[in-house]
Amino acid sequence: MMGGLGWNLIRGWTLLVYVFMFLPVAVVVLLSFNASQFGSFPMTGFSFRWFIELTQNDAILRAFRTSIILGLLTALISTTLGVLASLALVRYRVPGANVISTLLIAPILVPEVVLAVALLLFLNFLSINKSFALLLAGHVIFTLPFVILVVQARLVSIKRDVEEAALSLGANPVQTFFQITLPLMLPAVLAGALFAFTISFDDITGTLFWKPGGVETVPTQIFAMLRNSISPEINALGTVMIVMTVGLPLLGAAIARQMARKSGT
Amino acid sequence: MSVEAREARQPWILLSPALGAVTLLLFVPLLFILVYSFWLRTATGADLAGFYLDNWQEALSDPFYRDILLGTLRIAAITTLVCALMGYPAAYFIARSRGNKAILLLLLMLPFWISYIIRTMSWINILGVSGGLNTFLIAVGLVDEPIQMLYNQTTVILGLVHFLLPFMVLNIYVSLEGIDTNLEDAANSLGATRWQSFLQVTLPLSLPGLAAGGLLCFVLGAGTYITPLVLGGPRDAMFANLVFEAIITQLNWPLGSALSLMLLVVLGALVLIYNRYLGMAQLMKGLG
Repeated sequence: MMGGLGWNLIRGWTLLVYVFMFLPVAVVVLLSFNASQFGSFPMTGFSFRWFIELTQNDAILRAFRTSIILGLLTALISTTLGVLASLALVRYRVPGANVISTLLIAPILVPEVVLAVALLLFLNFLSINKSFALLLAGHVIFTLPFVILVVQARLVSIKRDVEEAALSLGANPVQTFFQITLPLMLPAVLAGALFAFTISFDDITGTLFWKPGGVETVPTQIFAMLRNSISPEINALGTVMIVMTVGLPLLGAAIARQMARKSGT
Repeated sequence: MSVEAREARQPWILLSPALGAVTLLLFVPLLFILVYSFWLRTATGADLAGFYLDNWQEALSDPFYRDILLGTLRIAAITTLVCALMGYPAAYFIARSRGNKAILLLLLMLPFWISYIIRTMSWINILGVSGGLNTFLIAVGLVDEPIQMLYNQTTVILGLVHFLLPFMVLNIYVSLEGIDTNLEDAANSLGATRWQSFLQVTLPLSLPGLAAGGLLCFVLGAGTYITPLVLGGPRDAMFANLVFEAIITQLNWPLGSALSLMLLVVLGALVLIYNRYLGMAQLMKGLG
């Protein structure tokens, strides 16, 4: 019954929308294998040259190191704060839970530029200058809402019965948390951490305000390189980033499915 | 302490680190820039604490700021409209398709994981002077010289649509998915044509998702400064670019504070109006 001209038009339109979303990205990946010394068409041959050049570019390697350390620390702190808060909101009847949720989500309701300015100027007032610490504080605060949303959504589906069974069989609350609750929560915790890492790794809007001079993350490094036309190295760097930020979640999802299957048997 | 009292305290202990972080790193800083916006940056570069209206007077009465604010809202509105027109049929297709829904949804999520700066700069490969489109046009002989297609307001809107479209599609999809298809069938069996039942049943029921997607596109679009820097020309600055200029380039922090707050008030008002009529729950559905 879904046949007909209208449905085919919608199908065609959807196809075009997907092409629009993915064609430019696909071109980045394609051009990163271009042997030509210009980061543009025509393709003159297939080559890994630009990926090899990336590994010899100190500025880019430094940017990668900064981004990865920043992303890991952000994920660690943000996930810890987010998991604790989610537990409180899901497991307890907190008076004013709606207001608290809104407060915790606030960092994504405030435009990131405004958040960036406020944090920069306030911490500067407290004599904390542009530094790695400021960068970390900023990344934690705007990834926190995403972690809370993701973890909360997953936590709701874990039944309390199992914990209550452990408690009634004589485990104390701390034992119960570490041996029952935490393993059950692990997929949610990992999903939150992965989300925080990826958002931190991709961020540029706040990072340009907070980063100290001379420190670059991968996105700000790409941005700086764009100032002089587009080089093939940028396309190669883009490809590496796409593989990282798309590959990691897919890997994470696969591991989560594996874990779920194991615990299911 | 009684057991009940301890029970009642536990959630607050769990919440306090997150609430503390949000308070210290967001709410207090916002209050701080409110105070700061009344200070004065003197010619020597020192801040004069006090209650001066100069920054606000400049931000509110200078036609330069007003024009760029209006221009920014216009760009955000066009972007939102284009996202809605492009996104609605796609969301409808995903929601109503049978076989490949999982793949379509996975593909829809993928752009969220691909860096914003990469997606923005990817258009240079397509539209640049030696980009794909110019290479193609010259190869087929339609033009002799490459056309300058980049660095104008249209490419800024194009970049924003490319960045924001997944937010729109996802939100509309979530609300379409929540509609009982029996309602549409009922309308059809009562004699409505497919188009009528869509217009009178499905479309109105999906409006909350459309509104949530629209709000996200508008607010995120109006707050950007990277897209105009990468895909816009020198005259395509948006309001957030002015904030960046004032804070990072001119180091006029009191003025930058006033401009930031102006942006916050305009966009915050939209969020509040949305919250008043539709509530935050709809927005969270699409994000979570």
